Amino acid sequence: MFEGLSSRFEGILRKVRGKGRLGPEDVEEFVAEVRVALLEADVHLDVVQTLLDRIRDRAVGVEVAGALNPGQIVVKIVLEELTAVLGGETFRPAYASKPPTVVLLAGLQGSGKTTTAAKLARWYKGQGRNPMLIGADLERPAAVAQLRTLGDRISVPVFSDSTDPVAVARAGLAEAVRLGRDVVICDTAGRLAIDEDLMAEVAEISAALQPHHTFLVVDAMTGQDAVTMAEAFHSRLGLDALIITKLDGDARGGAALSITEVVGRPIAFASTGETVEDFELFHPDRLAGRILGMGDVETLIEKAEETFAAEEAEAAAARMLAGTFTLDDFLEQLRALRKMGSISSIMEMVPGMASQVRDLDEAVDERRIDRIEGIINSMTPAERLDPDVIDGSRRARIAAGSGTQVGEINQLVKQFREMRKMMKQMGGRGPGRRKAGRAKKKGRGGRVTAAGPAPIDKKKGLSLPGLGMSPDDQGPSSGGLDLTGNWPPGPTSGR
Amino acid sequence: MGLRSRLGRARDAWSTHLAAVRVAGVVDDRTWEGLTNALLLADIGLPTTEALLDGVRQRVGAEGVDDIEGVLGLLKEEILDRLGGADRSLAVGGQPSVWLFVGVNGVGKTTTIGKLGWREASAGRSVVFAAGDTFRAAAADQLQVWADRAGATMVRGAEGADPSSVVFDAVEHAAARGADLVLADTAGRVHTRGNLMDELAKVRRVADKGAGTVTETLLVIDSTTGQNGLIQAREFAAAADVTGIVLTKLDGSARGGIVVAVQEDLGIPVKLIGVGEGTDDLVEFDPADFVDALFSVDVPA
Repeated sequence: MFEGLSSRFEGILRKVRGKGRLGPEDVEEFVAEVRVALLEADVHLDVVQTLLDRIRDRAVGVEVAGALNPGQIVVKIVLEELTAVLGGETFRPAYASKPPTVVLLAGLQGSGKTTTAAKLARWYKGQGRNPMLIGADLERPAAVAQLRTLGDRISVPVFSDSTDPVAVARAGLAEAVRLGRDVVICDTAGRLAIDEDLMAEVAEISAALQPHHTFLVVDAMTGQDAVTMAEAFHSRLGLDALIITKLDGDARGGAALSITEVVGRPIAFASTGETVEDFELFHPDRLAGRILGMGDVETLIEKAEETFAAEEAEAAAARMLAGTFTLDDFLEQLRALRKMGSISSIMEMVPGMASQVRDLDEAVDERRIDRIEGIINSMTPAERLDPDVIDGSRRARIAAGSGTQVGEINQLVKQFREMRKMMKQMGGRGPGRRKAGRAKKKGRGGRVTAAGPAPIDKKKGLSLPGLGMSPDDQGPSSGGLDLTGNWPPGPTSGR
Repeated sequence: MGLRSRLGRARDAWSTHLAAVRVAGVVDDRTWEGLTNALLLADIGLPTTEALLDGVRQRVGAEGVDDIEGVLGLLKEEILDRLGGADRSLAVGGQPSVWLFVGVNGVGKTTTIGKLGWREASAGRSVVFAAGDTFRAAAADQLQVWADRAGATMVRGAEGADPSSVVFDAVEHAAARGADLVLADTAGRVHTRGNLMDELAKVRRVADKGAGTVTETLLVIDSTTGQNGLIQAREFAAAADVTGIVLTKLDGSARGGIVVAVQEDLGIPVKLIGVGEGTDDLVEFDPADFVDALFSVDVPA
């Protein structure tokens, strides 16, 4: 349904080819396409007009000669304008000089406040803080029970009682002080911005808590009404920032950009999945790319960096290229991969792949990774270093130890050997390859390509570096480890 | 009470565009621009907005309409053409009949079941709730509160249990007691999650497997939803064979215009709308009321 802006431009590009610079008429054609893209991304109508004016001004007279084609230049301008809106002011979590730091969450029904409260508490825990949650949503049945369950899950205390929301907030804050908690997060009932009584109530809660941060929780799927809604909350509560939820879907999130432009408050956090870990500080350039359909490459890079300690990766890479990669290295790689999150959630961040991930979800069976881990864990250090020593009796021992079949061990060893061979060959190609990898990482903000990545072949599956994933391709040529398809495998040729 | 008075009051931005069109008095380029903007602000979306206005433009020429009210009348007719004619009744006929509720997170599935269960029980039907949302913490507790209010029987499983088996048990339970209706809740899911959509397809299949028959699969859409609503509808329809839409939270300031595109593109009609938090705030969808409310202009004070 949603095409990237670059592909929208293809028709116009043919027309402007050979021109020296873009005239107003050429620019109008580009701008018309940008308008369609922004409206489809749920950017508010008035914000679209403002953005188009700015883009028009910058695009007229652009010289066509150079490394980028005119379409790419326009994409770059649009991306920069969107990033300017989103990144005008970034949110920095601050802490009260006299704890606790008080955080208030507000928003419409169903925007995800309760889940966000728990995710935020977990985030603060990760920052070395001792958060406490207050359940002041006494409106929705079992909202407090939901918060308590989530609080248990992340080992964060939850305070609530059945008096009234303002009293709960007040008593909760006192309780936090008594317990010496240094961050307090207050969940509130969902409310319509036009409901005077409930808006007055949340204003009262705010007055009682005197929060250091007031966050509006906004669903990424929201349409044109987002701005009206946010203005109403802002005028009552004085928002500090937004938290955008449900970014794991394919909604473009233009509503959040619109709120930022109109209300002048930044997006602090983004919620990207159903589990409490799927929550992170917000990065303006990523949402800008998403609105234009360019994917979240940088989130991917950063997640990989976070989990894969750089030195470790370097060392493993060196061994990989030297062909001395061991099963231990392989296990490390597998674990690092898992720490990054499910494979499908990683692939969703690659531009152009979001729509194809659903096929992958079925293809990659994560339980399979468990089995491989089990097998390697059942090997002796010597076997891991050199799988060639594994003979029939060792195989039987490993199979018994890991609760797997001998055939699975055969297959793993065989595929590992192929993978090592392939890596050695790649290593022989010299350093050029690694340079290319670096260059990619540098391209912040200016990442502009006309052609998207090649589509995933459903049958062949998808290849991650070092982990060839091809369910149909288990032969010696696969050169990677098969994490998909039927497991345990059928009878293999064995040795 | 008419729909208009039950719908949201803050329609200023929308009203401004329409009021500007009306005040101008003559039909010119600004009329079309104003109407485009008004429709876009209602989340009707660019493709549907352009199609609607193209239709109106042709008829304006053919029928010689030259006044604003005439143009607005034609636009209402164009929208009604796209919304009208559908069967909006909720089908029964199984022993028991199963109505399955699906949608993304936070749209109001559980609340809708609560209200609808109350309505059906009040009408003399015996109702069983199936707590098929086994993922969200305390979702079953939330549904239990509604079951108590409605006087419905509740069948639930453990948190994290297989939703298909919970729904299956509820249907068998209802069949054994001779109950009329099973309202089956499901966990909210983002439609891009292939495995969760497969799970939903399975729930739909299993609900049909035993004594009961799934006579309605209702997709719940939040009125504030923007253009993603159309993709949601397409994906849920593909996974679970959706028979109707429940448009919730229409008492806010959002207008829910995406349902026009949903019905036009996918032929799935809106059957019910949610207009408030009370048990009786779930009502039949009336296209004429909906369009009238869409075009109501609150005169600025």
